[in-house]
Amino acid sequence: MAGNPGQVDFSESADTTLSSRKDVSLVAIMWRHPSVFWGGLLLAVIVVIAIVGPLFTVDPVALNPIKRLKSPSAEFWFGTDFLGRDVLARVVHGARISLVVGLAVAVIAVVLGLLIGLVSGYLRWLDAIMMRVMDGLMAIPGILLAIALISLSGATLVTVVIAIVIPEIPRVVRLVRSVVLSVREEPYVEAAIASGTRLIPILWRHILPNTIAPLIVQATYICGSAMLTEAILGFLGAGIPPEIPSWGNIMSEGRTYFQLTPWIIFYPGIALALTVLAVNTVGDGLRDTLDPRIARKM
Amino acid sequence: MLAYIFKRILATVPVMGVVALFVFLMLRLSPGDPAAVIAGDYATAEDIARIRENLGLNEPIVVQFTKWLGQLLQGDLGISIFTNLPVTTLIAQRLEPTLLLTLTTIVFTVAVAIPLGTLAAWKQGSLIDRGVMLFSVAGFSIPVFVLGYILIYVLSIQLKLLPVQGYKSPFTDGLWPFLRHITLPTITLSVIYIALIARMTRASVMEVLQEDYVRTARAKGQSEFKVLMKHAVRNAAVPIVTVIGLGIALLIGGVVVTESVYNIPGLGRLVLDAVLKRDYPIIQGLILLFSFIYILINLLIDLAYTVFDPRIRY
Repeated sequence: MAGNPGQVDFSESADTTLSSRKDVSLVAIMWRHPSVFWGGLLLAVIVVIAIVGPLFTVDPVALNPIKRLKSPSAEFWFGTDFLGRDVLARVVHGARISLVVGLAVAVIAVVLGLLIGLVSGYLRWLDAIMMRVMDGLMAIPGILLAIALISLSGATLVTVVIAIVIPEIPRVVRLVRSVVLSVREEPYVEAAIASGTRLIPILWRHILPNTIAPLIVQATYICGSAMLTEAILGFLGAGIPPEIPSWGNIMSEGRTYFQLTPWIIFYPGIALALTVLAVNTVGDGLRDTLDPRIARKM
Repeated sequence: MLAYIFKRILATVPVMGVVALFVFLMLRLSPGDPAAVIAGDYATAEDIARIRENLGLNEPIVVQFTKWLGQLLQGDLGISIFTNLPVTTLIAQRLEPTLLLTLTTIVFTVAVAIPLGTLAAWKQGSLIDRGVMLFSVAGFSIPVFVLGYILIYVLSIQLKLLPVQGYKSPFTDGLWPFLRHITLPTITLSVIYIALIARMTRASVMEVLQEDYVRTARAKGQSEFKVLMKHAVRNAAVPIVTVIGLGIALLIGGVVVTESVYNIPGLGRLVLDAVLKRDYPIIQGLILLFSFIYILINLLIDLAYTVFDPRIRY
């Protein structure tokens, strides 16, 4: 970096500080936090089951009125429901829906929250307005908001995802904004401004990289809570249309026969709890590794 | 001090305004004709016209909003489409069970979570600590209703200790039946809240225990109990109380589910019945009510900081 200090490429120096951090490869994370390994393993198993499982089970919506409400047996591992459908097949199929909803919500909420948070953290005038909007949105209970949105727009997979995304956005915006507010005072950002870098490259090259680690952590938590919300909506009869075998819908249908066949609720319930547990454990481990500032507090 | 309180109260106005605007726009900006959606598949043209009239959808949107906001400020939440009763009346009828369930849950949660969290912080790394951390991870993973059904299955159906479902009012049915019926819903609703607060208590007590004044208190021979109570928990109170306030949102969501599992005729059930009948004024009224309560509680907690932490002076 010899020569005129005015020609120093500040983006270059920002990049070296990033890469010179401690090893954050996946193997290193798992080595340091065994819970991430077990959580990740469990999650991997669930994902594999969700992808290939339906190839090995019977049709999850095939009716068999003669074999209604059967207890778990060699033929029906998880028993059958009130229409004689195989609960195992339905639970395996439901894993796909839960994972798709969780992933979709996490990705969409993070991307939207990131955009809003970056811009509003950087532009003071917009910030005041956006923060009031986010405060208001946060005050509305998420499940009620989702229920209302779905009841107004009709229940489909897409509307359910959107309805779960909207209440999650403020959390992401606040997170991104707090990172932006602390980073924008850093010397390398001031230097970038001083050297005449435009707004978009500053956001993209200097500020965005700082938000990635906390956002990955946040995304896993959003994924877990989105799967829970989706199941709650299904359970309440306000979620994905009932003909789709999501875990929430299976449990919702199991309610009437609960005293007779409790497993119709328990099997999808356990599957859901394990999946969310796996996702949250991975999230905790990532947080401890990527974001030691918060990790110390928790 | 007074100026601060006034400023803080004033600051809630834009937030409530955003909530009101959002709820208002949600109906108007939803795809398609909201009146037709609400009326359902079997509606006649007259039904749709009646609903349009009820919701005031025939007027220009600015006129609609001013009228609607004016009514709202007078405490008028509109008329239910199916029962033709004012939404406020319907809410008043269902308020008691929800209010009592929320209260028992908050009391139970605070009574369990704060000692647990403190103990975990005190015996950091011990079996208790690991247990509390495991519980707080599990508490965030188990869906509320699955937990509810597990409790019903074990305690009510198998052991026959408690009633399966239903609600008894302490005012008309007596305190004992009320307590028997409210126990399982309270535990169910508390778990995620306990997980949240125990975790926060542990974190903030742990931080305080590293302070110099705690070491001083120990050095002068004060009993561990007094150190924990007088120094640690008291100084850790601010973040704990903040989380209790933020957790109210969690609680409100949980109420809807818990009431549905235990068949409790409260506000949560009112929402669900309204969703099934697409009775939008009720949904809208309850969203406004719950958001208002959330904002109010967090305002009170903000103001309470001055009590918990005398250093905070405005």
